[in-house]
Amino acid sequence: MLDAKDLEAFTQDAKNWFKENTPRDTDFMLPLTFMEVGTDEQFHFLRDWQNKVYEAGYLGAHWPKEFGGGGLDKTFQDAATRAMAVERTPIMLNAIGLNWTGPLLLDRGSEAEKHKYIRGILSAEEIWCQGFSEPDHGSDLGNAQTRAVRDGDDYVITGSKIWTTQGNYADHMILLARTNPEAESKYKGLSFFLAPMKGEGIQTVPIRKLTGEYGFTQTFFDDARISADCRMGEEGEGWLIAMQTLEYERGARSGQAGGHVMMLSDPNDIIGLAKAAQLNGKPAIEDEAIREELVHLMTEARALGLASRRDKLQPLTQDRPMSLALGGKLSSTDFYQRLNAFAITLQGTRAAYYVGDESAHDNGIWQRGYLNSFSATIGGGTSQIQRNIIGEHVLGLPKS
Amino acid sequence: MSAYVGPGITPTIGLSEEQAQLIDIAAAFCRDKSPMDKVRSLLEDETGFDPAVWSEMVELGWTGIAIPEDFGGIGLGLGEVVPLVEYMGRAMMSSPFIDTTLAAQAVLRGGTDEQKQTLLPQLAGGSPASLALCEAHADWNLENLSCTAQADGDRLVLSGTKHLVTHAVAAELIIVSLAFEGAPALVAVPKSAIEASRLTREKIIDDTQRAYALNLDGLQVPKSALMDVALARETLAHIELTASLLLAADMCGGAFSCIDYTLDYLKTRKQFGKLIGSYQSLKHTAVDAHQAYERARSHLYSAAFLVDQQGEGEMAVRMAKAEAGEAYSFAADRAIQFHGGFGFTYDCDAQLYRRRAIMGCALHGDARYHRRKLADLMF
Repeated sequence: MLDAKDLEAFTQDAKNWFKENTPRDTDFMLPLTFMEVGTDEQFHFLRDWQNKVYEAGYLGAHWPKEFGGGGLDKTFQDAATRAMAVERTPIMLNAIGLNWTGPLLLDRGSEAEKHKYIRGILSAEEIWCQGFSEPDHGSDLGNAQTRAVRDGDDYVITGSKIWTTQGNYADHMILLARTNPEAESKYKGLSFFLAPMKGEGIQTVPIRKLTGEYGFTQTFFDDARISADCRMGEEGEGWLIAMQTLEYERGARSGQAGGHVMMLSDPNDIIGLAKAAQLNGKPAIEDEAIREELVHLMTEARALGLASRRDKLQPLTQDRPMSLALGGKLSSTDFYQRLNAFAITLQGTRAAYYVGDESAHDNGIWQRGYLNSFSATIGGGTSQIQRNIIGEHVLGLPKS
Repeated sequence: MSAYVGPGITPTIGLSEEQAQLIDIAAAFCRDKSPMDKVRSLLEDETGFDPAVWSEMVELGWTGIAIPEDFGGIGLGLGEVVPLVEYMGRAMMSSPFIDTTLAAQAVLRGGTDEQKQTLLPQLAGGSPASLALCEAHADWNLENLSCTAQADGDRLVLSGTKHLVTHAVAAELIIVSLAFEGAPALVAVPKSAIEASRLTREKIIDDTQRAYALNLDGLQVPKSALMDVALARETLAHIELTASLLLAADMCGGAFSCIDYTLDYLKTRKQFGKLIGSYQSLKHTAVDAHQAYERARSHLYSAAFLVDQQGEGEMAVRMAKAEAGEAYSFAADRAIQFHGGFGFTYDCDAQLYRRRAIMGCALHGDARYHRRKLADLMF
């Protein structure tokens, strides 16, 4: 049995390991989030990095040993995750696997599925993507129309999924598809699959983002055959399983493998920007209106950190127990969007420049960050859908 | 998702066992003693509060919570006072509790030894008190003082007028700020020295509370009423921070109830055949109000946790006051609007919340005031 002393030693080892092994100064731009992996160079670099972290024992340390995890208490992984955050290490690549598929498999997968998939998720040898959204059904997930038709021991998949993060690299997809178009409700016609991505009839086409970069694909299924063994749960349970998956994504359920899959810009950096920027012949930070807005943003940033700690203090969550967990995505994604937008306004004429121009402030990190921030306010349920969720599930308001 | 660590301050929050217990006790007490019909019945009352309820609060020991045991108190901190005030805010309860707590803090920080020995046990024992800090210039800066004290032998002769002296009629002790020998000073004046004619009730926006103007012209007090002059500035700063913390608690509590009150309406009122809470323009705005409230409450309990720490405490308290004021104001503003025609009536409670929010921002600084102070602390 491990005790506090072991945790202390583990924590120290993790700190040292990340201090020594964190790669610095790559000669290409590293993706700040798992949704920005746009080149092979970036992909291979991050796959190697995740594998190295896993082999060192700092990823999935609390997942069961028999499936490839470390078999330790969650406090050990938390310590390793903190060490990664402190060193601002590159992100963990296999985000869909580590944060959503893995916890889902551990919570409701069969023994065979756990044996088959968990180790590859942690080692990054098998990359996962998610096939929920469709071109015509973004927020209205329950209306997904991609078909899965049973044919002997197979299902035949036809249709198209969009916003498939790392779709062109993925080995597997968690797929939501319609097995029964005549079901009594649109939800009950859906089933959930752990589908292979490398096979005939599956094509991925990279999507060029508003930033001009890549990171997502549209995925086309044209009579693609997958084994019926790939179905998770029974036919008609797809919506239920997809909703459980979204709870991992929205932070309402835990079990994630650890590490970070996004590097948020440090709100403190905007203070440096405000000192460097000129306004009417003086540093922008001396302007009263700008100072007030900066304090406002810093106050909000602090509230985000406080909320995650407060969420563990039961007497301070008892009024509406799901409130902080379900409200986190909305408040943080909205905040980072406004932070980046405000940072652009501080730059005077430099606001006009973009990544790659030597006149751009910090190589256009705020401009790019602002444009990319929409992936978080739209993806995983738009901010508007989040407000519906909070309104209905936290405040008890009637459905729209 | 990577956690964020703030500018030189760790986002710290915690809860003592006592705080957790007081949350439950205060919740039950305030619900029981200050239901809305009680709040409504006190709107017309001259003193604005129920002395019987006040006595019960005193018996529960609440007035002594943040006073050291050596002076007859319980010896906990201001952090433990926060849940009490928060739940009073939820119930829109009115009493001299905040004023009495502030007076004790003022004496504790800036009183002479003799004042501490005599006044603190009285305050701990529930003798109500008030503070006379505001003046006609309406500046939140507590060192901006035009009222004065002149020495005359072993007496002080006061002059000028103080405003917004809350619950002054009920108070047995009033702590007055003024200029003495060109510097800020505080004087602890027993109520017995103040003729009733010196107090004039002011018409304030918040009908749940009471405030008075105090005419000091020619008022004479013994020189021993003067608090430690060397500590006056520090004491005024402590009063501002303590008041900000407690007002943040009251406003955070008010925001919660105000949102709850509005939600009840959104869940029962039908228009065009549908519950109005199903319309996204109302639902989403209610969510925004709720999110702002949650943000304010995280800051409130962080401030309650840090209040005694130099530097960090001030930042946390000012953030809490700014956020609570804005959250309450927004929630109550939308509460009036979302109640439609009923919201425009005196019978709708939304106006009570909105007016109390304005009062809470008017005392000891609104969001802009505190953000400017924060900017100087942070950049």
